[in-house]
Amino acid sequence: MHTTSFITKIVHLHDASIKVGGQVVYEGEKDEPFAIFAKQAFKYLEVDYPKFYKMDALSKMAFLGAEYILQSEEKEGLALVLANRSGSLDTDVRHQQSIQDTANIFPSPATFVYTLSNICLGEISIRHQLQTENAFFVFEEYPADFMQKYADYLLVSAKAKRVLCGWVEYFQEKYRAVLYLVDQNGQKPHTTENINELFES
Amino acid sequence: MAELKEELKGKIIEVLNLEDVAVEDIQDDDALFGDGLGLDSIDALELIVLMDKEYGIKLSDPKQGKSIFQSVQTMADYIAANRTK
Repeated sequence: MHTTSFITKIVHLHDASIKVGGQVVYEGEKDEPFAIFAKQAFKYLEVDYPKFYKMDALSKMAFLGAEYILQSEEKEGLALVLANRSGSLDTDVRHQQSIQDTANIFPSPATFVYTLSNICLGEISIRHQLQTENAFFVFEEYPADFMQKYADYLLVSAKAKRVLCGWVEYFQEKYRAVLYLVDQNGQKPHTTENINELFES
Repeated sequence: MAELKEELKGKIIEVLNLEDVAVEDIQDDDALFGDGLGLDSIDALELIVLMDKEYGIKLSDPKQGKSIFQSVQTMADYIAANRTK
């Protein structure tokens, strides 16, 4: 399979900082809890979307990354393909803790609904009204070759016009997101080497 | 009853993560769902858990919810009449 696809935009989110195209667009206080950072980074966008506050940390991070990278971008035909290492483990643990004490079991439905890692794709889709292909994979490290082939397949088979790909890893305050847009037009070729390079910065 | 309603408003804000909503913003008769606070189906489940956890009330019939969760006033009325803790 051969296609001509390009990486057109990238966002990095880690250590209370958000960069778009390598430029810092939002920076919180170093070492501040993720919840504080996420809330402030969201408020900085001045977006009226109360549902954000109800999301778990993984969804908040994926949502923020998508929000920053999709500003001024065409969303029609946008597919989503994300991956991480821990799945929804952070929320799974919180849910498990709520049912630990058999004499005092009050699991939160709002927590339970996030015990699937692909829920973050749903949150992005709802926000941007996407009715497109989406997939979430769990890998030890970012599978650049696999993701490159998967995104190109979506483009070549006309299942998508562009693809938002990336890594959204969150577990107990350790977090990192690297999201990038793949399009049929652009300058930077969508190759495994170039994808790996995004993860070095 | 006034104290219970204030307490309930605070718990609703806390449990449902209603950012930028204060106790004073919620009127006793404001609709909790629809055009009022705009709560959704997951919020409804959280309110059922809240009734159980905080007031010892188990709602087994989902049809009850529609009338009980109309407003803070209707919730407080039901809690006052049925609480076990």
